[in-house]
Amino acid sequence: MTPRTSPTRRLIGGTGTYIDERFGSANFVTRSLRKLFPDHWAFLLGEIALYSFVVLLLTGTFLSFFFEPSAEHVTYNGSYENLQGVEMSAAYASTLHISFDVRGGLLMRQIHHWSAIIFIAGIMVHMLRVFFTGAFRKPRELNWVIGVTMFILAFANGFIGYGLPDDLLSGIGLKITQGMAIGIPVVGTYVSFFLFGGEFPGTLLIPRFYILHVLLIPGILLALITAHVVIMWYQKHGNFARKRSTEKTVVGAPFYPYFVAKTGSFFMFVFGVTALMGALVQINPIWLYGPYNPAQITADSQSDFYFGFLEGAVRLMPAWEYSALGHTLTLSIVIPALVIPGLLFTVLLLYPFIEQWVTGDKRHHQLLDRPRNAPTRTGFGMAGVVFYGVLWAAAGNDLFATTFDIPLFATTWFFRIALFVGPVIAFVVAKRVCLGLQRRDRELLEHGVESGIIKRLPSGEFIEVTETPSEEAQAHLEGKKEIPQIALPARDDGGVPAPHSRGVRAKLRAALNRLYTRDEIEVVPAEHHRGEHGEAEHRELSSTE
Amino acid sequence: MKWITVRRRHPRAGYAVMLLALFGLGAGYMALMPDSTGGAEAVSSRVPLQDIREGKQLYSQSCSTCHGQNGEGTDVAPSLIGVGAAAVDLQVSTGRMPAMNPDAPQQPRKRRVFNQEETEQIAAYVQSLGGGPPIPSGSDIAYEGADVALGGNLFRANCAQCHNFAGSGGALTGGKEAPDLHDATPTQIYEAMITGPGAMPVFGGDTLSAEEKLAVIKFIVDVREEPNPGGFGLGRFGPVTEGLAGWLIGIGLLIAAALWMTAKKQHD
Ligand code: HEC
Ligand code: HEC
Ligand code: HEM
Repeated sequence: MTPRTSPTRRLIGGTGTYIDERFGSANFVTRSLRKLFPDHWAFLLGEIALYSFVVLLLTGTFLSFFFEPSAEHVTYNGSYENLQGVEMSAAYASTLHISFDVRGGLLMRQIHHWSAIIFIAGIMVHMLRVFFTGAFRKPRELNWVIGVTMFILAFANGFIGYGLPDDLLSGIGLKITQGMAIGIPVVGTYVSFFLFGGEFPGTLLIPRFYILHVLLIPGILLALITAHVVIMWYQKHGNFARKRSTEKTVVGAPFYPYFVAKTGSFFMFVFGVTALMGALVQINPIWLYGPYNPAQITADSQSDFYFGFLEGAVRLMPAWEYSALGHTLTLSIVIPALVIPGLLFTVLLLYPFIEQWVTGDKRHHQLLDRPRNAPTRTGFGMAGVVFYGVLWAAAGNDLFATTFDIPLFATTWFFRIALFVGPVIAFVVAKRVCLGLQRRDRELLEHGVESGIIKRLPSGEFIEVTETPSEEAQAHLEGKKEIPQIALPARDDGGVPAPHSRGVRAKLRAALNRLYTRDEIEVVPAEHHRGEHGEAEHRELSSTE
Repeated sequence: MKWITVRRRHPRAGYAVMLLALFGLGAGYMALMPDSTGGAEAVSSRVPLQDIREGKQLYSQSCSTCHGQNGEGTDVAPSLIGVGAAAVDLQVSTGRMPAMNPDAPQQPRKRRVFNQEETEQIAAYVQSLGGGPPIPSGSDIAYEGADVALGGNLFRANCAQCHNFAGSGGALTGGKEAPDLHDATPTQIYEAMITGPGAMPVFGGDTLSAEEKLAVIKFIVDVREEPNPGGFGLGRFGPVTEGLAGWLIGIGLLIAAALWMTAKKQHD
């Protein structure tokens, strides 16, 4: 990896000079153009989110030329025959107009919706990458928080956008939201009144939602994305341990022209995939749903995938309701609609700080963890993924039931049990797999890579010839950093527990730390065992406990 | 009709036209059938005794083990007295009856066992046991001129909660399901509404008038023949399949792209 070849230099230098001659800022510009970016497929996942947001802005602007955010009653007389003469809101009529009478309108609507789905899915995979590689650790905690905030805003905007066309599905979604708002203990009715400007559905909601959807939330998102990228730029992209990539040095290709070319073509990919799906795969056929009518409901009425977990939670929750002091506590709404998402997002938001507290790790991290090298974190993350996944799948339990001919009731119980058992299994399995992979890494370092060549020794014994891993691979394998352990109870000279290790908090912290570091496998640099291989010495790997 | 004109060259247009032609043919045939305008009552009274006798024969062979020698019902199956010829025609023409597995939560649609003539003979026999809604004929199901917009509205108000907005079907509790409406003929749709098979309610005249029933049929038939203007329709199941497609196709392709772009390593 020697990016500083002379043509690159000339390109950067030339551009720097060009800009310098006009703006006198060569230093900053050349420095920025030379900024190094590491090269790994997982580092492109954030760009899925970034570029699909750009696609959303472009297609959304197109839609806003024709969309009419109004609940005013009109009679449809456009070219979709099945709805001619039907009374509906202007919002729904204009969405039909976009779909059937505006040139390219249906394509734009579909691209907008597909890129909304890819946007949020992109954020999710990006977030998982950041989580599993520990990229949220110091100094990047703030960027994690910004990321989770954007995640929540993206959820909100997707939900609001889904409500705009005012078709049957939109309306059912809003109705469920209103049900959830009303379900909030004590203040529920007020919240609902405030949100809808009076009774449901009312005429205020669509114009309100519209401003939030096209102006406020995209505006905030744009500002946060800028901050996110600038901070990343300033802090430099993290990287996995490599031969020359250490806590002090970044290895990669310079921003210009390599990274620009790469990210530019990735933009084209995102654009291409969203356009392809928009052109070939139908999404949200609002004309089939018909206008919203509070008296109607359809099977398969669902939210977009990202809200599926809430729907699933509602479906799994038993119908518990209590009344006291003139207030009704509808647990069957409060738990799935408020407690579960509240918990999920809070843990997500605070995770870097929680982990820092548990491990006491305040070091500056430029190198990323390989997921296997942080088994507890990886296990916890997988548990979270399974928890979310089970709730999401439960939202489609009716489709599972019909597709696989299983009784609906059975699917509900299956998912109820899976919700609690699944994450535990995921944790244990993921952690075991990580530890196994770590052991294999250590084996590689100790004994070398199996070459497939069998040699017979004079003594008659057969051995397999092993080769030392390449320096590059060694650096990668040795990249593991030990996780600090907090010994507790810490004792002073007289054997009395130190003051800082008494108290509930300290005990909890110590317990969590022990849980976190229990199966640590020691990292032993390769030099320590070189020369031992060939002897086929199968030592049991020690874990520190 | 613009969207139809535009989509005429759609690959599936051929099938649509063919289906349309078949329905046209069927409808034309029914309209031309002698004496069909007399309505169902007339039909049953005109059924030759011969048919009832043949029907009784078939009934004894294939139905009586479950429904009883005289349709009085058994522990296994309900009584057929008063269910009418329409119920028999629906159940037998959709292959649900004779049932294969009477303990199942509901009988699935399958290949029919009796041809239309035999079906009508059995129906005539069951009708003779205690009346009930007759098989709709000709003008009863002349739905072509019905109001499709009205039908859509009625369908969403009365049927979509079980059968889904586009008639793609849906799950019910207790292992039952509302089947998709892709294959039901106009006659069967009409019969389903007047007899309410299994978990489905009966839609009598005061819920849906004859005219409204025809509008519903028109909507079901139109929508299932309508091509998907947006491309592949994903089964018209709504957001669940859309989310899966977004992940499997969208994110799948983009991750593949990311892998591909970073696979070519620059050399040291
Ligand atoms: C193996 C047992 C069995 C046989 C044989 C059988 N049925 Fe049934 N039938 C049932 C059961 C069970 C039901 C109720 C199930 C349901 O509604 O899904 C039923 C329901 C019906 C109904 C609907 C009744 C209503 O209230 O709407 C009709 C009509 C009917 N059968 C006709 C027939 C005819 C005609 C035959 C002979 C061709 C026949 N069945 C043979 C078991 C049987
Ligand atoms: C409560 C749910 C429910 C509602 C509402 C409902 N259905 Fe059904 N429908 C069913 C079930 C369940 C079956 C299958 C019955 C069986 O096989 O025993 C069915 C069967 C049918 C069939 C037969 C399908 C076939 O392929 O054999 C048709 C046609 C039909 N329904 C049409 C309608 C129409 C039209 C409406 C509205 C006017 C409607 N249904 C409303 C539940 C419902
Ligand atoms: C966070 C980014 C965004 C997300 C997740 C998002 C999502 C959505 C969704 C799911 C819909 C429903 C589409 C459908 O009918 O199938 C929608 C509609 C709409 N969006 Fe967005 N959107 C975003 C940003 C924007 C922006 C920036 C604009 C405008 C500048 C915009 C304008 C519109 C308009 C006008 C509609 C209604 C028209 C229609 O439904 O076809 N959106 N949005």
